[in-house]
Amino acid sequence: MSRLAIRVKDLGKQYTLGRSRASYRTLRETLMEAVARPFERVKVGRRGKRPPAETIWALRDVSFEVGDGEAVGVIGRNGAGKSTLLKILSRITMPTQGRAEIHGRVGSLLEVGTGFHPELTGRENTYLNGAILGMRNREIDKRFDDIVQFAELEKFVDTPVKHYSSGMYMRLAFAVAAHLETEILLIDEVLAVGDLAFQKRCLGKMEEVAAAGRTVLFVSHNMTAVSALCGRAIWVESGTLGADGPADEVTGRYLQALASGDFQFVNSEHGLKIESVTLWNGAGERTQFFSPGDDLCVQIAFEAEKPLTGVYVRLLVESIQGSCFAANMLLDGQRPDALEGRGVLACRFKSLPLLPQSYTVKMAVVGPDAREPIVRVQEVASFTVNAQAEDYGFSGEFFHRFVAHATSVVVPYEWIMPDGTVKPVFVKDGLPVPPRERRAALGVGAPGEVKR
Amino acid sequence: MSATHPAQPVSPTVVIRPTKGWAALRLNEIWEYRELLFFLAWRDVKIRYKQTALGAAWAVLQPLLTMVVFTIFFGGLAKVGSDGLPYPIFSYTGLLPWTLFSQALSLSSASLVTSSNLIKKVYFPRIVIPMAAVLSGVIDFAVSLVALFGLMAYYKIWPSLLVIWIPAIFLLSLAASLGAGLWLATLNVEYRDVRYVVPFLVQIWLFVTPVIYPASKVTAKLAEHGLPGWIYGLNPMAGVVEGFRWALLGRTPFPAQLLAMSVLVTLVMLVTGSFYLRRMEATFADIV
Repeated sequence: MSRLAIRVKDLGKQYTLGRSRASYRTLRETLMEAVARPFERVKVGRRGKRPPAETIWALRDVSFEVGDGEAVGVIGRNGAGKSTLLKILSRITMPTQGRAEIHGRVGSLLEVGTGFHPELTGRENTYLNGAILGMRNREIDKRFDDIVQFAELEKFVDTPVKHYSSGMYMRLAFAVAAHLETEILLIDEVLAVGDLAFQKRCLGKMEEVAAAGRTVLFVSHNMTAVSALCGRAIWVESGTLGADGPADEVTGRYLQALASGDFQFVNSEHGLKIESVTLWNGAGERTQFFSPGDDLCVQIAFEAEKPLTGVYVRLLVESIQGSCFAANMLLDGQRPDALEGRGVLACRFKSLPLLPQSYTVKMAVVGPDAREPIVRVQEVASFTVNAQAEDYGFSGEFFHRFVAHATSVVVPYEWIMPDGTVKPVFVKDGLPVPPRERRAALGVGAPGEVKR
Repeated sequence: MSATHPAQPVSPTVVIRPTKGWAALRLNEIWEYRELLFFLAWRDVKIRYKQTALGAAWAVLQPLLTMVVFTIFFGGLAKVGSDGLPYPIFSYTGLLPWTLFSQALSLSSASLVTSSNLIKKVYFPRIVIPMAAVLSGVIDFAVSLVALFGLMAYYKIWPSLLVIWIPAIFLLSLAASLGAGLWLATLNVEYRDVRYVVPFLVQIWLFVTPVIYPASKVTAKLAEHGLPGWIYGLNPMAGVVEGFRWALLGRTPFPAQLLAMSVLVTLVMLVTGSFYLRRMEATFADIV
């Protein structure tokens, strides 16, 4: 390591929840508080302190150094603090403690296409977006042709981007970002967009950047990309540094941890410990890969120090497009009489009507009053659906190009053409209802099958 | 890819650490981001009249139609007086800087909140956002100024040499809008009440500004009560509007007291507003 590019020392970021959970306050609240404050001091003397506002450390005691020209991958679950770290280093948000030093001009890509306006043309947006990312006008002048060529939009530069397809829009947005030439680049999962072919080219561009000896901090869920692009990886877990080392090694350990379902959570106040959350398919195998029409059984192994009665559990399945579906005891009214000792609570989602994308499972537990959080909404597991167009009875030639950012959930439907012909889009294998025989083979009572 | 940054010093070092309280303004940084400032203002101008049938004609129509209404009701019916000028000219000259101010105030006060996607994703001095909102009104101002020259020609009023003061007064009105805009924009990030206050504030502000009536009426009234005329200048727009009329038409006396007071109040608002925004900007990304 000849010279340091980034030095992070004891960095921490605390967010306040609870009282000021609302993202903004009204003047009245502030005025009322200001009026109440002197009286409160009197009260404090009599009745003890007012409860401190609930806070959460999104990042805590994180220290690391990045050498000049090093490419470092930052991995970890959603909500682990990766983005907070990047935001602090980008100077978007201020740390609560610690410090970071950055030597060199920083370009941060937390999103591609920031500031794009649909009414402006491709050319105009390129200049605007470039300026927002910190490029000088003449830098953009110089690279404009490269940018347009990279985005393959030569014919459309003077068309307002509102007429672009989402693919074209993303290509242009990435192309501008890819031509940002700063000594240090902070990149947050901007590659999770566009069709496969374009993603490949983006990765190629990133490789170029890393090979050119520039310092890169690359946040990603794509372990293959991290291993390919970065020599070193940092694993952020619950706001702290979980591991720091050679990329292959760290990503390997991370994948293993993900697969072992070692999500753990302890709520000491309620004496509840979530020991693991694991995913099982319809055949009763533990896996992270599912086929459309398969069952998804989420098993939550818990240990309750004291009986916990009447809690509501919510499970949410999300893709990058947003929420897909959920199992919500607050709606369905089913809930365990009590969580006692060690046990397993499971939920089986029947015959997944999902396109081949990556999904995350989130969980939340609230108390009997339907308000008090026992487990805050958080990601507990993730899985991937693998499938071909034929698996859905689809025959569209653009399936592969668009499936990555299509709406995730499919239900059986039919087109009624102008000439009256009905074109049912048979979702193969009777999706979302799986064949009877397969369901019969599944058996019942997932908790009974748990192998622990 | 070779990195060439002629405009950048070699490897600037940035230290990121928690700060509290008042911070330096870092004017040099604003200068460094002048291109972004320009682009944001240009974007606002560019999209303002998209998909409108009349386009930039609105820039002229707004003050022009207001002038017609004012002329009928205030000039004709209420006979509020106009320092001996034809009332249309009188009110239109007042409406130009006023429209610039009121539009800049509305746009800049909302600007930080409407740019939340930028604030959450990219770093740059946040003051650039309300500044761009204020600047975006300049083109409208220029267009309606041309219309004013047409109106003056119609009334055979020719500008005197005093017009060389127009740029200075124009800058003063920009500074006054920015000063008020900075305060409102920053307050709006935390207190969305501002959204409801601004339209009301603009309305009231119009009535305490000598757009409809001449400032001489107010200063005369103040004198009756034994109060100095400069009190009226506590509203910086009083000096701006009277100054603009004086410089452009050259038929009213030089409003020395009002202008001096306006400059003073504007500077206070601008400086305090800038420091207030700088103090709060560290938390913008978390609460906007």
